[in-house]
Amino acid sequence: MSTLSSSSGKSFWQRYVHASHFRSAAEEFDAVKLGFWLFLTTEVLLFGGIFCAYFIFRTLYPDAWREGSHLLDWRLGGLNTAVLLISSYTMAMSIYCVQKGYFTRAKWNLFITLLCGAAFIFIKIAYEYIPKWSVGKRPGALFDYPFAEHAQLPLWWSVYYCGTSIHAAHVLIGMVLIARVLYRTHKGYYGPTHYTMVEVTGLYWHLVDLIWIFLFPLLYLIH
Amino acid sequence: MAAHTHASHADHAHGGGHHGSYLERKGGLLTTIWDWATTVDHKKIGVMYLFAILFMFFLGGVAALAVRLELFEPVRVLADGKITGQFFGPADATNINAGNNIYNRLFTLHGAIMVFMVIVPSVPASLGNFFLPIMIGAKDVAFPRLNLLSWYVYVLGSIFAVCSIILGGVDTGWTFYTPYSTTTDADHIKVVFMVLSAFILGFSSILTGLNFVVTIHKLRAPGMGWFDMPLFCWAVYSSAIIQVLATPVIGITLLLLAFERIFRIGIFDPALGGDPVLYQHFFWFYSHPVVYVMILPGMGIISEVLAVHAHKQIFGYRAIAFSSLGIAAVSFIVWGHHMFTSMSELASAVFSALTFLVAIPTAVKMFNWIVTLYKSSISINAPMLYVLAFLFLFAIGGLTGLPLGTLSTDLHLHDSYFVVAHFHYVMMGGTIMALMAGMHHWWPKMFGKAYNEKAAMLGCVIVFIGFNITFMTQFFLGTQGMPRRYASYIDEFHTLHQWSTIGSGIILIGFLIHLFVFLASLAVGRKAEQNPWGGLTLEWTIPSPPIEHNFEHEPIVKHGPYDFDSVLPPTWDPADYPVPNPSAGGRPAVAHSPEPKD
Ligand code: HEM
Ligand SMILES: [Cu+2]
Repeated sequence: MSTLSSSSGKSFWQRYVHASHFRSAAEEFDAVKLGFWLFLTTEVLLFGGIFCAYFIFRTLYPDAWREGSHLLDWRLGGLNTAVLLISSYTMAMSIYCVQKGYFTRAKWNLFITLLCGAAFIFIKIAYEYIPKWSVGKRPGALFDYPFAEHAQLPLWWSVYYCGTSIHAAHVLIGMVLIARVLYRTHKGYYGPTHYTMVEVTGLYWHLVDLIWIFLFPLLYLIH
Repeated sequence: MAAHTHASHADHAHGGGHHGSYLERKGGLLTTIWDWATTVDHKKIGVMYLFAILFMFFLGGVAALAVRLELFEPVRVLADGKITGQFFGPADATNINAGNNIYNRLFTLHGAIMVFMVIVPSVPASLGNFFLPIMIGAKDVAFPRLNLLSWYVYVLGSIFAVCSIILGGVDTGWTFYTPYSTTTDADHIKVVFMVLSAFILGFSSILTGLNFVVTIHKLRAPGMGWFDMPLFCWAVYSSAIIQVLATPVIGITLLLLAFERIFRIGIFDPALGGDPVLYQHFFWFYSHPVVYVMILPGMGIISEVLAVHAHKQIFGYRAIAFSSLGIAAVSFIVWGHHMFTSMSELASAVFSALTFLVAIPTAVKMFNWIVTLYKSSISINAPMLYVLAFLFLFAIGGLTGLPLGTLSTDLHLHDSYFVVAHFHYVMMGGTIMALMAGMHHWWPKMFGKAYNEKAAMLGCVIVFIGFNITFMTQFFLGTQGMPRRYASYIDEFHTLHQWSTIGSGIILIGFLIHLFVFLASLAVGRKAEQNPWGGLTLEWTIPSPPIEHNFEHEPIVKHGPYDFDSVLPPTWDPADYPVPNPSAGGRPAVAHSPEPKD
């Protein structure tokens, strides 16, 4: 299926022309980017549903929402925000480095991005989900927290868990994509003239960040 | 895309096999199956979608016939305590609910299959996949492997639905309204299966839509500006945008519904402070726009088929193109008309007013089509008959949407058979008729075989008659007060229900004729010409069936898709060309030939 020009010794990105149904590599690059932006739009709309539920119930039950956000530790949320912001920077750097051909730096940057993703998930699970779940701060009918002041507190936890867990799932998917890009950069797939996948993976990662940037103040900061 | 690369265009033109028909077998049976299962060719994927969808149409149809059979007789309790008229389940008084239970599961099955697995993907994923790239002069869609993935995702989603059926089926209705959907069959996984099925099918829909948008933006052949595109492409484009923008919302909704069932998170559960009406808002925010995903590509087929078989420049090209976009835009702000009874009066009034806006672009299309037909030279054949059926039935479907959008009348018609009749006139009378028009129109191109025109026309007439008998009666049932989704009814409705059931049998006969015509065409049909109807769009400039890469050379577009007045259709002999050219006072002089790029 793949018919690369045969000159051996060159890396994949140097031999890569473009898929046969495109007229040029530039056209292919544009098409992939357009497609990816559309995909990101669908992601925003998906989270739109959660945000919508958040605002509706916030308006209906302001007291429960206030109580709920006091039960979250803003320092943990803030730490995770910082972790993701750093990872966004390293992700952007890795794209720049691949474009310039600085492959070692690109790989380090990707690796750090991956570590940040892992740190985010670790903090989320070890310091947030497990302690909360074990004292009964659970969603909906599973709720079992004896000190609740408002009847709708379980609903707050439902929104919290749905929003953050779907977001965490996106972080995990992003990490898989980054690991793949890292591996392929190592194998010489990407370089200054061919870096589409690095770029769109970066776009995806920024989106995951961006969603957290909205979730964090809504859940942790606004009382 | 990395694996599907090539070194130079020259390679390509000389590579083996590229000039053969895309249907050419590559080896033995297993090789052929493997070849199809792993193909990234949009034509093969379109054909696989077509057959998958037709199979689901068959399943949904069986369920529909069963529903109609139950309704052939009302349920009566006789003087001696016996119960008659229950087609489903044992007819003893202690067990009357068993029959109702089966009935509820069957109409849900019918609705869910027909909406999520048939009508939504029907036209874009099958005919759209096959013809959209060809019509804009491309070799393939922008992301061929994503296209194949979307087919597998479709099959996976359908398998989930079938599992749910095997586990006993679901009785929620295709709309999965809460709180019923979160409490029925409480300890059972089957509802979750059905919900996940719709969730998964959403992905397939998004992937197809996204692929089409990018394809149209990036892969049009040289010389094909936006307004040189065939109207089918405009229609598919508009519906693809809706697919991309609306489907994620149903995605999150169904996910929350699944969480609700599994963990009881309470977002839709009033007992925990949640809001069941929120579900309805979410659901219709997707499901109203999606009715235009269902109909817009069908409307695109109508524009195409009608112009070709009337041999006339389509009237108001831009108006039709923009009305597609207009419908797509307005469709996002009218969802509330499905829930007038669960909103405030003000909100209802606003939604009612907005609903009427939809009728405007829809009517623009209708008038343009009718004006196109006026004084044209119409060939009467199966595609054209189906176009006429569409115009007639969709007009009724659209017009009956207006009393439903009017608050005072909808209060009475809501949840009655009137609504059932309305949406069957638009979905079956609209989309399925258009699909049939398109299938007959493009069948010779897709498979390189002609079909028996007379038999196909007979099938069309029978389907048309059966359709009207089945669903016209339901308008009357609805206005007389027959509510939807009941297995039994009072004796006054007996005659109309019987007619409706008889009509459904007639539809069945019509479709069996079509099935036979298509199978006969595949088996013994004569070889089809390259351009049997005299069309001017790019698919008629290539062989029937198309070669693997669609075009020998990248086509250069030099005339509009409907310039029947000035351009002779490719491979047509002026002597056979049916329309005298009015402006030149004779037959078109310019012979069209796609010129190779040098
Ligand atoms: C002329 C434009 C249309 C208008 C004004 C319109 C209006 C309406 C209204 C107000 C309802 C709600 C009735 C009720 O539940 O009381 C409705 C139901 C429905 N419409 Fe339309 N409609 C139009 C076109 C279409 C089209 C093109 C389709 C699909 C191809 C469609 C499919 C449906 C379906 C499936 C339902 C019923 C959903 C359910 O409750 O199960 N409609 N329509
Ligand atoms: Cu609607």
